[in-house]
Amino acid sequence: MIRVLYFGVLKDKLGCDQEMLEWNGGSTAELLTLLRERGTEWAEALAPGKVFRMVVDQRIVRGDAEIADGAEVGILPPVTGG
Amino acid sequence: MHLDITIQTQRFDPGAEEQRLADLAANAGALVAFVGRVRGHDGPVALAALHLEHYPVVTENEIARIAHEAAERWPLLGCRVIHRVGRLEPSEPIVLVVIAALHRKAAFAACEFLMDYLKTEAPFWKRELFADGKQHWVEAKVTDSDACQRWETPALDIE
Repeated sequence: MIRVLYFGVLKDKLGCDQEMLEWNGGSTAELLTLLRERGTEWAEALAPGKVFRMVVDQRIVRGDAEIADGAEVGILPPVTGG
Repeated sequence: MHLDITIQTQRFDPGAEEQRLADLAANAGALVAFVGRVRGHDGPVALAALHLEHYPVVTENEIARIAHEAAERWPLLGCRVIHRVGRLEPSEPIVLVVIAALHRKAAFAACEFLMDYLKTEAPFWKRELFADGKQHWVEAKVTDSDACQRWETPALDIE
């Protein structure tokens, strides 16, 4: 199992802020592909360009990264702080 | 370099923070502070409040990464960052960046660098709540990422 956290506008568009997911290994790109296959809302909310960064076990990932079983994965939309 | 990063809901006192950093970086000839505040009008309808959220630990670490990158470019003596989250009303301060350096050019440049990267890299998300009851998430601005791009050239030779 992995814990997936959604932030900002993604929480509203996907209707949840976190979930536990069955996980048999794979990368951040594979997780996104899996989530986009859930339907139009997911595919649109998580379309390329709408996901700014992925975070695995509290480390920001640049490029693709492996997600180990038990990991916490954050999916971040473009940021708007400051 | 003295580095101190805080994410908090409470207001902060820029003068007190400046003084604290000045005391820590006693030999600093320059102290530059930036305070970002909530604008009351950004469109036709008045803003009632902003709501900011972040990703605990991840956001602090990312700000530290940006600060260390600034310290590699310019000789800095101190850096203080406070970013607020939660509900903020117009005219309230959101963000504070104070830089202490030997000379002013490094302090000005590093302060601007930090703000440009805070706006485009640090995990914060703003929701705007309007006077008419409507609300929406703020979209990322292209001008902010443009501001960052000019730092992608080699570091300036500033003391």
